[in-house]
Amino acid sequence: VNPGDPPPPARDMQEWHRLHPLSPVVRAGRYLIGLVLIAAPALLTDRRHDRAGTLIVDSGLLGVVLILGLVSWLVTRWRIEGDALRIETGLIRRSSQRIPLSQVQAIDIERTGIARLLGLAELRLRMAGTSTRGGRLASLTAPEAEALRSRLLAIGHGSPAAAPAGYAPGYPAAHPASPERPLFSLPTDRLVASMLLTKTGLAGVGVVVAIVVLSAVSPRAAAAVIAAGTASFVGLFTTIWRRFNSGYRLTVAEAPDGLRMRSGLVQTTAETIPYGRIQAARLIEPLLWRPFGWRRLDVDVAGGRAREENRAESRHSRTLVPVGDRAEADRLLRRVIPDPPAALSPPPPRARWKAPFRYRYLAWGEDGRTVVSTDGRVRRITRFVPLEKVQSIRRVQGPLQRRLGLATIHLDTAGRRSKASLRDRDTAEVEREMRRLPALCRAARHAPIHRAAR
Amino acid sequence: MDEDTRWVAPSPRLLTVRRVQLALLAVPLLVAGGLLAGALVALWLGLLVAALVLVAAVAVERFLHRRVRSWAYAERDDDFLVRRGVLFIRLSVVPYGRMQFVDVTAGPFERAYGLATVKMHTAAAASDARIPGLPNADATRLRDTLAALGEARAAGL
Repeated sequence: VNPGDPPPPARDMQEWHRLHPLSPVVRAGRYLIGLVLIAAPALLTDRRHDRAGTLIVDSGLLGVVLILGLVSWLVTRWRIEGDALRIETGLIRRSSQRIPLSQVQAIDIERTGIARLLGLAELRLRMAGTSTRGGRLASLTAPEAEALRSRLLAIGHGSPAAAPAGYAPGYPAAHPASPERPLFSLPTDRLVASMLLTKTGLAGVGVVVAIVVLSAVSPRAAAAVIAAGTASFVGLFTTIWRRFNSGYRLTVAEAPDGLRMRSGLVQTTAETIPYGRIQAARLIEPLLWRPFGWRRLDVDVAGGRAREENRAESRHSRTLVPVGDRAEADRLLRRVIPDPPAALSPPPPRARWKAPFRYRYLAWGEDGRTVVSTDGRVRRITRFVPLEKVQSIRRVQGPLQRRLGLATIHLDTAGRRSKASLRDRDTAEVEREMRRLPALCRAARHAPIHRAAR
Repeated sequence: MDEDTRWVAPSPRLLTVRRVQLALLAVPLLVAGGLLAGALVALWLGLLVAALVLVAAVAVERFLHRRVRSWAYAERDDDFLVRRGVLFIRLSVVPYGRMQFVDVTAGPFERAYGLATVKMHTAAAASDARIPGLPNADATRLRDTLAALGEARAAGL
């Protein structure tokens, strides 16, 4: 479409929309890759069996997947109803999902390799809560998805007037995405170097080196090792690949509706994290990265992520900076947590008896808006929790702590195990803080840092 | 916490429930262990096993006693307090506004004694505000009070 053309009349918002007709192909894409991976070795090695038969079975399976996808496409429709998005789907068990847009925690655009070839994208709405499933629109054309995302976010913020007027499928170019200011971009060489300096990266290198050496010494032994360890090697390299792909050309930009993150080599992801939805931030400094001054910055968002390699831990967390130097990490951290307190106080020296390895990293500080706590045995982890996001405050005292006159305070934030901990503090201090912190949190809730959180 | 905080303990019947649960575990263990050791090896071993189980059960009973007694909750103006634990002493402060939902559950033993467990949920999985062994009427009242306060002070995530 020529940008100079007058925009065609926006379609009525109350009208039902369909997904893109090529959606079934994108859906079948994963199975196609899987089938090729399974079928190819069978075709190459299994000479005695009828190759045509295998092919027929495989293409039959693919056909079934395609037909199922087509049916699913036929019965799926969506529309915007006031301040909510409604998605209806299902042939036998009809489901109608109404998603209140003001409750959306984040909106992502995901594009698999096949989706990118076809110019399609999947829109994912992340909701708070661990059990509620967010909405999925798979697939739309890429520009449509972009336009719909900014529109949904604008409605969610309660400012439909500021949103690009009238979402028009097929003509979204009339409304350029909201202006962005780049904050961070990750150089690929640094990503590769930092990945080599992790446990997983070292394991991958070790495996490759071992196999190369072994095959030089005894090719038969190498073949046996490869055959025996195929499953674990595939798992290892899949993890490495996912990490690489999710960090590849990662950029973080500041937009009016939140932080925009884009990344990916084959499968690309674009996420928008609205301001005020960030529950906590975490700065991690692994031992192996220390010579380079590198660190990782994660943020916690209330809202489940469906597919993630490490489910228990990272369902709620997103990595803003996979690897960055001090200045870069600080710049993004300040965008998320404005002016974190710098003065941290360590626990009393007798805490060494309770936490000999952690002691050197333990400290905490607070400035009436944010609590900062540092922790970690080998790698240092600094946690930042805005007081307004604290869900509950817990004091725990174990038997050893009781003898030493120490206690721990946990400040829990939304999520499975996300919290800031004031470990091994003097009991008098703990009693004082247990009286003070609830009041501070209450005051912070009434005057939040980010007004966007509504 | 503060001197004016009014702590409420679970019903004394909770101790009875725990004792019954302990007895249901300990008595079959005592009989089976004693008989087995006595029949297969020697009478003295059977008696020894039985005595050991008995001593262990009494020790656990003393621990349960302290554990049940340590449990208490308090309703303050802005938040809800739960305290518990003997070895690990825990105190949770949950602001009413942070509450997502309250549930009241009662297992078969608790039900038999007219007791229920009230649990307050927040968006954080670690928030640990659970009070077992409340008489049914108290549990219902607490649930309704908490729900009303939570609604009045609800704060977004």
